[in-house]
Amino acid sequence: MSNAPVDNSRRRFLTIATSVVGGVGAAGAAVPFIASWNPSERAKSAGAPVEVDISKLEPGQLIRVEWRGKPVWVIYRTPKMLEQMKQHEDQLRDPNSDEAQQLESAKNSYRSQREEIFVAVGICTHLGCSPTFMNGGFGEKVEGTADGFFCPCHGSKFDMAGRVFQNVPAPLNLEVPPYTFLDETTILVGEEEEMA
Amino acid sequence: MATNYEQPNQTAGETNKRSGGAISSVVDWINDRIPMTRVWNMHIAQYPAPKNFNFWYLFGSLAILVLVNQIVTGIWLTMNFVPSAEGAFASVEYIMRDVEYGWLLRYLHSTGASAFFVVVYLHMFRGMIYGSYQKPRELLWLFGMLIFLALMAEAFMGYLLPWGQMSFWGAQVIISLFGAIPVIGEDLTLWIRGDYVISGATLNRFFALHVIALPLVLVILVFLHIVALHEVGSNNPDGIEIKRKKGSVAEEDKPNFKFHEYYTSKKDVVDAIPFHPYYTVKDILGVAGFLILFCWVVFFMPEMNGFFLEAPNFEAANPLKTPEHIFPVWYFTPFYAILRAIPDKLAGVVAMGASIVVLALLPWLDRGKVRSIRYRSKWHKLNIAQFVVTFLILGWAGATPQTVFSTILSQICTVTYFMFFVLLYVYSKNEVTKPLPTRLTK
Repeated sequence: MSNAPVDNSRRRFLTIATSVVGGVGAAGAAVPFIASWNPSERAKSAGAPVEVDISKLEPGQLIRVEWRGKPVWVIYRTPKMLEQMKQHEDQLRDPNSDEAQQLESAKNSYRSQREEIFVAVGICTHLGCSPTFMNGGFGEKVEGTADGFFCPCHGSKFDMAGRVFQNVPAPLNLEVPPYTFLDETTILVGEEEEMA
Repeated sequence: MATNYEQPNQTAGETNKRSGGAISSVVDWINDRIPMTRVWNMHIAQYPAPKNFNFWYLFGSLAILVLVNQIVTGIWLTMNFVPSAEGAFASVEYIMRDVEYGWLLRYLHSTGASAFFVVVYLHMFRGMIYGSYQKPRELLWLFGMLIFLALMAEAFMGYLLPWGQMSFWGAQVIISLFGAIPVIGEDLTLWIRGDYVISGATLNRFFALHVIALPLVLVILVFLHIVALHEVGSNNPDGIEIKRKKGSVAEEDKPNFKFHEYYTSKKDVVDAIPFHPYYTVKDILGVAGFLILFCWVVFFMPEMNGFFLEAPNFEAANPLKTPEHIFPVWYFTPFYAILRAIPDKLAGVVAMGASIVVLALLPWLDRGKVRSIRYRSKWHKLNIAQFVVTFLILGWAGATPQTVFSTILSQICTVTYFMFFVLLYVYSKNEVTKPLPTRLTK
């Protein structure tokens, strides 16, 4: 050890410089560890569109298909269901679908491209459970509305166009995915093609 | 003899090298290289503990017992568990049916998870009634709260692993909680899941965290919890200090035990007994009683009527269909009821988070100087009683299908839950308390 006097300001500078450089290095080294939690390339490429055959879908019936690992509902709404949807609009959070939960083609009072066929992602916008379709038994949840969706997890309620009722935890209407009618009885879920 | 490296504050008993005897020469050899005898004496054989510990003081050592059970049975379960979306559910059934004693290892582990929360909740309640969080034990309480948080994360991630319906949808709900955070929420949930939905990627990383990362964190936190405990010393049912100012205690009032110099050099200790053998023996009694109850559950009702292992979890995860009724395992239900009570996504998540954070703030919310419920006011007793009732009702409400009645009840109890802390803060400032005894009572 030399006997030179201790230069405290120089020592402090060196300590801070070493700490900063070391800290930057540690932050840099953390990047791969944090980034490796992101969806892998394989997970990203698994989101291909799916075709749904609705030729056997009957009025009042719901079918589930899997798209990107999520349940997508296709529902054939009866005239009665369509009629009752107009009755409770004052009880909804977003009756006119102002929030961006659907593409332009479904931004109408039925939230669908065709009046009777409703396509939606069956995932509650609260905490991600899949709501139960209450075909005829929804009156006990919302008076005067016979059909709707009730989330068993936290009690959120949606009408037959996936519009959320007020005073439930879910903040938004159900998401309507992009979809295209390839022909009368086939829907392509996951892509919306420009129809000339 | 070799150079003596021992610290100057060691007691004479330790430094006396007994001559002869193979064992003592081995002990000496070790003590010259690592402070084995000193640590044993400081923290076990000559550690001064208040002489009036009661039933409530069993749960700390029981928590360590359950932790050991979880680690050992957990290691054995990983030997046959397959952490993939395709293999997980089947491998758990394989463990249950085909692996020798696999059923026992799994039931010990699943029952152990619930037992962990039973003892931890009782341990925390003990801290609340005897004011063990008060100065100077704030940091000790905070380490305990961190253990509680790590334990909740550990239990939650472990529950995904069997890949049943409740595993899947429970994880879906809990991970979606992070989605309520403004701006970054959605990206954060994607990052946690590692996929657009809960998938094998999520299962795999939860497995890694459950078997390696969080157990390490837990063990380190438990170590720090005990280090902090031994630095400040245990509180006791009377809530008065057994460590007094040096020189303030007459010789005949000092206990007739040898305590480590580390404690007696700075303070005079009264009404204390050495942790070993007095409390080791007491804790063994507690362990025996605990094991009787624990084994009864493991062997006769491991599912605990759906409270420890829920019925929908005997069905493999189905991402397209949520079970009709979904609730977390019982130990999360009080907090879950608070979440459900509030019909707003962000506010619900914030309230649930706050219900845990507010517990950690207890040392600063209680402005009283008297610790133990024995000497505190009638208001404090009533407040604690209402908190217990609130917690139990919330636990019940969170484990039942949501109805108008249960929602209103949860909302009332959410208010009374937080009122406990508000009221405590208000009345503890000028609380009328009973006079404290100068020495420990029975």
